[in-house]
This record gives sequence, C-alpha cells and structure tokens, in this order.
Amino acid sequence: MKKRKKKVNYGRYGYYFIAPFFLVYLLFQLWPLINTFYYSTLSYYKRNGREFVEFAGIQNFLNIFGITAGERAYVLQYLKNTLIMWGCNFVPQILVSLLLAVWFTDQKVKMKGTGAMKVIVYLPSVITAASVSVLFNALFSQYGPITQTLKDWGILGSNFDFMSSTAGTRGLISLILWWMWYGNTTLLLISGVLGIDPGLFEAAEIDGASGFKKFRYITLPLLRPIMLYTLVTSAIGGLQMYDIPALFNVPETGLVGLPDDTTTTVTMYIMRLYNSDVGKAAAVSVFLFVVTLIVSLLLFASMGDRDERRLKKAQRKAGRKR
Amino acid sequence: MTKVKTKDNYTRSLRRQRIFRTVISVMFCAISLFPFLLLVMNATRTSDAIKSGISLIPSTHFLENWRNLLEKQNGMQITLQRATLNSLAITVPGTCLSVYFSTLTAYGIHVYDFKFKKFAWAFIMAVMMVPSQISIIGFYRFMLDLGLVDTYIPLIIPTIATPTVVFFMKQYMESSLSLEMIEAARIDGSGEFHTFNTISLPIMKPAVATQAIFQFIAQWNNLFTPTILLTTDSKKTLPLFVQLLSSNQFRTDYGVVYAALFVTIIPLVVVYLILSRYIVAGVALGGVKG
Repeated sequence: MKKRKKKVNYGRYGYYFIAPFFLVYLLFQLWPLINTFYYSTLSYYKRNGREFVEFAGIQNFLNIFGITAGERAYVLQYLKNTLIMWGCNFVPQILVSLLLAVWFTDQKVKMKGTGAMKVIVYLPSVITAASVSVLFNALFSQYGPITQTLKDWGILGSNFDFMSSTAGTRGLISLILWWMWYGNTTLLLISGVLGIDPGLFEAAEIDGASGFKKFRYITLPLLRPIMLYTLVTSAIGGLQMYDIPALFNVPETGLVGLPDDTTTTVTMYIMRLYNSDVGKAAAVSVFLFVVTLIVSLLLFASMGDRDERRLKKAQRKAGRKR
Repeated sequence: MTKVKTKDNYTRSLRRQRIFRTVISVMFCAISLFPFLLLVMNATRTSDAIKSGISLIPSTHFLENWRNLLEKQNGMQITLQRATLNSLAITVPGTCLSVYFSTLTAYGIHVYDFKFKKFAWAFIMAVMMVPSQISIIGFYRFMLDLGLVDTYIPLIIPTIATPTVVFFMKQYMESSLSLEMIEAARIDGSGEFHTFNTISLPIMKPAVATQAIFQFIAQWNNLFTPTILLTTDSKKTLPLFVQLLSSNQFRTDYGVVYAALFVTIIPLVVVYLILSRYIVAGVALGGVKG
C-alpha cells in the first residue's frame, strides 16, 4: 500500500519535467500551425493604410490554384521546380552514398583511411547553407573562375552563362544539395550496414556468393528501412527547400528564382507573400503541409508490404541477440 | 603448387580492388574539399585575378581584400563582426535551452510513470518530422500580436521544444542511465530536480555534448526564421549578412566576397575538424532511429 502511494507521488514529477517542453511546443508551434490553417480561410486586404479581415472560405485555395479569373497557379509551377531540383540531387546522392557505404564497411577489401574520408565527406553539411549558396554562385557566375576555366577548356561555349540557363541553374542547385548532403547519407547508410549481422555475410560466402550477390541479396534488402528513413527525411526537407535557391540566383528586388521563375520553390513563394497577402500565404502553407503529408505516407506505403517488414524486424532482432 | 597460385591471384585481385576503390573514394573527398580550396585561394587574390579562372596558387592579397571589406562596411548598419556577435547572442542561449530542456523532457518520460507518459512520447515522435516552415505564417502573426517581431525572443525561447533532441536523449538514457542510481539518490534524501541536475545530467554528458554541437550548427546556420523576424539591420545574423554579399553592392567585387565568405566558412571548418570525431559518431547514432 505504502509503496503504491509513493509511486503515484513521484509520478507527478513526470508532469513537471515534461511541462516546459509541452507548454512551449503548444504555444510556439502547434498554436501557430492551427492558426495557419485558420488564416487560410481569411481574406486580408488593406484600405487607407488599415488592414481589414474577412472570412473567405476556400477563395484563397481557388486563387492559388489559378481557378479564379486573373490568378495563376504559381504554386504548382513552384512545386514542380522544387521536386525537379530535389530529385536531381537525391538519386545521385543515394547511389553514391550506397557505393561508399558498402566500400567503407567491406571487411574483405579493407580500405585504409576511411575514418578521415568520413570526416571529409560530412564536412560540407555543417557549413552555413547561405554561405555555400553564395560561394557556388561566385564560382559559377558568368565571370566566375570555374565557368571561366570550363570555357578555356572548351567544355562550355564562350558565351554560356549558368545563371541565364534554366537547366544550368537548376542543375547547380541540385549539385549544391548533393554536395552538401551525400556525406550525411553515407554516414547513415554506414551505420545501417554495420547493423547487419556479419554471420549472414559469412554464411553467404561459404555458399559461394559473389560480392555483388551479397550486396544484392543481403545488404540491399536489409538496408531498406534505413534507406526509407533517408528518403522520407530527404523528401520532407526537400519540399521545404529554401536557403540555397533563395540566395543562389535571385534578383535584388525579391524572391524570384531566375531565370524566368524556374528555380522558385514553394517556401520562397510563402516568404514572398507573408507580408502582402496573409490569407494566400497561409493557403500555400496548408498546400505544402498536405503535399508533405501525402508524400511521406505514400513513401511509407510503397516500401514493402507488411509481411516483409515483419520479416525484417525478426532479422534485426536476431542480429541484436547475437 | 596451383593452390599457392590461386591464393596469389586472390590477394592480387583484392589489392587491385582496394586501389580502385581508394582512388574513387579519394576523388569524392576531393570533390567535397575542392570548393573550400578555391575559396581559400580566391580570398587571397585580387578581383581581376579571380575572373581569369581557377588557380590553386595562393596569392598575397588577403589583407587587402579584408581591408576593402571593412571599407565597404563603413556606414552600413550591419557589419560582419556585428552579425557574428548577433548570431552568438542567439545561438548560445538557444543551444543551452534546447539541450537542457530536451534532456529534462526525455528524463521525465524515461524515469517516471504517469498517466500520459505513452501519449507524450507518441506525440513527440509524431511531431519530430513536422517542418517549421509550414507554420511560419501563424508564427509570424502570433509574434506580431505579442510585439515580439524584431527581437531575439522568438528565436531563442521556442528552442525549449526540440523534438529531435528529446528523441536522441531518450534513446541514450535507455542504454546508459540506470534507475537504481536515481532510487539510491532518492533514499539519500536528494530532491527530484536536484537528482536530475547533479547526478543524471553529468552521466548524460557525452550525449549532451553531441547534441549541443548539432544544435549549435543548426541554429547558427538558420536563415529562414530570422529572415522573417528580424527587420532592423543592426540586429541581423550572420546568414542574413551573407545574403547581402550577393547584392549588387558587393557582387562585383569578387575579392571582397571571397574574403567575407572565408571569414564565415573557415572558422566553422576548423571547429568541425577539431570536433569531427564526436560529430561523425553522433550522426551514426542518430541513424539508428531509422
């Protein structure tokens, strides 16, 4: 009896300990999120310097999708820009990271200096994205040293300019993202490979499996959970892409991704609207929220059926017991 | 005889493999380092020399570029030095708050039994992936109503709730914080908060240090929230100053741009290299959650 009373008594400290987190989270994150949904149904307009607010229903959504006369569906264009730039960075990223992760952990072909290599490939991801963006802009601008050298070597035409070519600018933004993040993904995949039971590889070797077969039938299937994690976090982060395109090739007047609005992202659009049209900016935010949710759910659903997942869990458990 | 030969072939093919893989990996390392190298070299060269193409030979104009930068900053509301101080004024308290309160939250869930424990944990896991960008409109309007726009408060206080750090701390506690020790402290008459601060927190030191590094990096590099919240030039942070470098005022003077970028990037590189062992290990630990 006494013991139980004591436990209940201590239990209340649990509430004290988690209270600051939840208070701050509810106030500064959940409440703003709810309000963003609410604002998306309001129409804001200014008259004689004063701000007026009116209930607008789904008008803001009709506006952002270009259904209302005189409005254009910028948001779809910007979503497309974002997805293209993210995709062109992610595919090479996962391929290179997979290759490096397998090589760095190979017990048979032991490479030297992998510790230093890990440190080097991770380095770009700790640097301020804003600085990286400006640096790459300076290197690849019309008179930048890399552009100049590529021209001297005859790889680029003498009046080629990355900054006025859609493919050039998008490609460079993807390159920056790839450069910044492939080291991070490599380290994640390495920890995934190290988590695989070495006994599986030994058994496969005894059965005479080649290096590629081991990769195809052991490493790859067992890495799927961690690859899914990488894909989902990268996709969520990619959809919110802001720092790099916002500083890379924009005019001084505002957040328009040059050339010709082809590198503007959804988040840049929100930042362009937040002061001038709160309702519309909120509607774009809600749209981004829904897209993010759908993309993550789809990715989770598409990666393997439930039986497969159960099998993996069992395998992982077996690996841990050892 | 043949057996020896096969073995010889085998080791030779292994060695060939090793060389091949090392060459490719070193190439990727070179790609990762190359922009930094160009940055350092170009920061020491004049604008005209930079325009003529890549050169890996350092020059002697760094101080000149630096002086030009200081000159250009004259009369500006925000300088590189000021922006660095501003960034520190936000990042240092922000990092401390986020790591302390995240540990506290994880501890509350890990050590105590209470009714909403499961719910609290599920909630933290669920919101971990919700990006802050989508609620920025609500956040900005809320700060406007509270009169906190253009202050550092909305950049510092919300760090108390950092779900990813809570998640990491909880994982760490499960492997290395024994409840018996807490029980023992309790018997010795130590209060619950006292136990947390003097016994549990020191045990968590390795995790606290790792997470502090990651939080510092994340907050130091933050461009998005300050862009919307800080309107007075003199209050701007380092990433916002960097944004100025791409404006026409600087854009044409390459030597100055590289010198300024040098000052914003190279100290981070140096600190990273000093702490790299902990950082690389921390990334791997974070990956276990996948």
